Amino acid sequence: MSELMSDRQIDRSKMQVSDEVAIEINGMNKWYGSFHVLRDINLTVNQGERIVIAGPSGSGKSTLIRCLNALEEHQQGKIVVDGTELSNDLKNIDKIRSEVGMVFQHFNLFPHLTILENCTLAPIWVRKTPKKEAEERAMHFLEKVKIPEQANKYPGMLSGGQQQRVAIARSLCMMPRIMLFDEPTSALDPEMIKEVLDTMIELAEEGMTMLCVTHEMGFARQVANRVIFMDAGQIVEQNEPEEFFNNPKSDRTKLFLSQILGH
Amino acid sequence: MTDQTTNSIAFVADGTIPPSPPPAGETGPIKWLRENLFSNAVNSVLTILALLAIYMILARILPWVLNGVWTTSSLAECREVLQGKVGACFSVLTERWNQLLYGFKYPVDQYWRPNLALVLLLVAIAPVLFFDLPRKLLAFTAVYPFLAFWLIWGGTILAPIVALLGFAAGAFVFQTYGKSSFAIGFFGAIAAAFAVWIIGGALIPEGASDNAMLQAVPSRDLGGFMLNLMLGVTCVSLSLPLGIALALGRQSDMPLIKWICVIFIEFVRGVPLITLLFVASVMLAYFFPPESTVDLFLRVVIMITMFSAAYIAEVIRGGLAALPKGQYEAADSLGLDYPQAMRLIILPQALKISIPGIVNVAVGLFKDTTLVSVISMFDLVGMIRGPILASTEWNGVYWELLGFAALLFFVVCYGISQYSQWLERRLATDHR
Repeated sequence: MSELMSDRQIDRSKMQVSDEVAIEINGMNKWYGSFHVLRDINLTVNQGERIVIAGPSGSGKSTLIRCLNALEEHQQGKIVVDGTELSNDLKNIDKIRSEVGMVFQHFNLFPHLTILENCTLAPIWVRKTPKKEAEERAMHFLEKVKIPEQANKYPGMLSGGQQQRVAIARSLCMMPRIMLFDEPTSALDPEMIKEVLDTMIELAEEGMTMLCVTHEMGFARQVANRVIFMDAGQIVEQNEPEEFFNNPKSDRTKLFLSQILGH
Repeated sequence: MTDQTTNSIAFVADGTIPPSPPPAGETGPIKWLRENLFSNAVNSVLTILALLAIYMILARILPWVLNGVWTTSSLAECREVLQGKVGACFSVLTERWNQLLYGFKYPVDQYWRPNLALVLLLVAIAPVLFFDLPRKLLAFTAVYPFLAFWLIWGGTILAPIVALLGFAAGAFVFQTYGKSSFAIGFFGAIAAAFAVWIIGGALIPEGASDNAMLQAVPSRDLGGFMLNLMLGVTCVSLSLPLGIALALGRQSDMPLIKWICVIFIEFVRGVPLITLLFVASVMLAYFFPPESTVDLFLRVVIMITMFSAAYIAEVIRGGLAALPKGQYEAADSLGLDYPQAMRLIILPQALKISIPGIVNVAVGLFKDTTLVSVISMFDLVGMIRGPILASTEWNGVYWELLGFAALLFFVVCYGISQYSQWLERRLATDHR
């Protein structure tokens, strides 16, 4: 965890939080059958914020960010993403999904398409971008995640870290205003974790609004402007990283931190 | 640590070792024989036994084939020529060649029409099977069914043109309105197509087929292997899209659609094909308007298509179930809507997984087309069992005729199987 911190100086000049609200969650509840997974979630995320959501497994953190682009339905409360309220209206859902990028734990690249096709598919079909322009943009983002030379290979030929960077590039090709990361490094070897985190740091440096579910506390300390700790489906504590790590308030947070930082 | 860096362990290669040929007996056929056929005592014994078995089989079959008689005009003459020696009477194939291929009623001077249709079929099917070919060829594929219908059945050219126009009108309506609302586009397309067919059908003058450029041939005059091929090609190409629709419908969130698909699949799959064929030949007329005389060929096509579509739907459902949930989620999270996600992400992968199963159904279906002989259609097997074996000349020639039928089917089915294996290799991108 600490190796990452000493690695390079992080440029905070563009990491500015604006007053504009990106995501607003009000009294949101969700059940799986009769199991109450998310309990009274209230959260406002401003444009440009980098939020890390931490917590033990089963605490509902993945479910929370999956609700934000309607991969999961919430049953109660209100979610407004980028000015559009999430409702059952499919048009709204598709609109939100095209504005919100998502990176998954298992990458979920399309194995039957090349890297370039993975990146151009949604811009061409959803945004109706001309093919040539979509390809140029895809190459731009592939260069940004430092794998332009893999553009014509298939996902199966890439390492895990490379695949995850392609997944990030694929989301960026849709020019999202918000990026959601669902444990992006949990399925990776330690060596590859760093290359993916570097990519995420660069993204943060450019002022992207990010919500990351992750166990990388080094990343949280360095990049996040807010850390949210969840347990048993509710937000237990949220604070600036410095305060969160050095001076946790709740006993549950203290226990969690002692367990993951204690060795 | 210091112990390990002493001289006894350090090593530096002094130059490159030049390549040398392998020892004798380690390459070529001798090595292959030793490794594969005579690697130990048991294997050697088995190899010799297998060679013996192959010899015994060939010793019986080869003289029968090589002594075969090709030019007589009845079984009795065959026996005279052979004079008690072992030998096949292939004359039945040469003498009844046209009947085996075209049935016994198709006008002899019109054989060029199905022949041409077969050649054009190869042209039409090529861009579907080999997707590296230019996509513009698909335009011909779209027109082909109507062209083939006109070639084989003959009669007025207006009928296939009206049919084509109906489909074109439907496609146009769907293109125009399907974007804003799928339901309006879909049902509008169906309505438009039927409107064109009904109006167009009424406009075709009575007796237009009487003096048509191509002499009209009624369905009951079709027969032979041509009939098997026609049924096979039509039913496979219709049941694949229907099977995909059923498989997707069975996964649908909408209960009505889901249950219609489930009931259809389970019912059709639970009934023997032969009963469906009897329904087609005898009972289906009750379901159509009283005056309409729906062609027997069409009724059989409907039944076989339904039957194989139910099987293909289940095969594709297996493919859909094999895809990780993450693929659906990734497609959703990028903002693709349902038709896009299915067409671009889910189906290409699910169909690829399902290729062996689909080919299995297609091969089975093609062979099952011989069952129509049971409802007195004269396909290849119907011709053999009926007119040919019943004739006084050829009564008793079983091996040659049925062997020939088996060979024809084998060639086609083996071709399908080889194509599917090529396709699987061609589509393999996962590098597992």
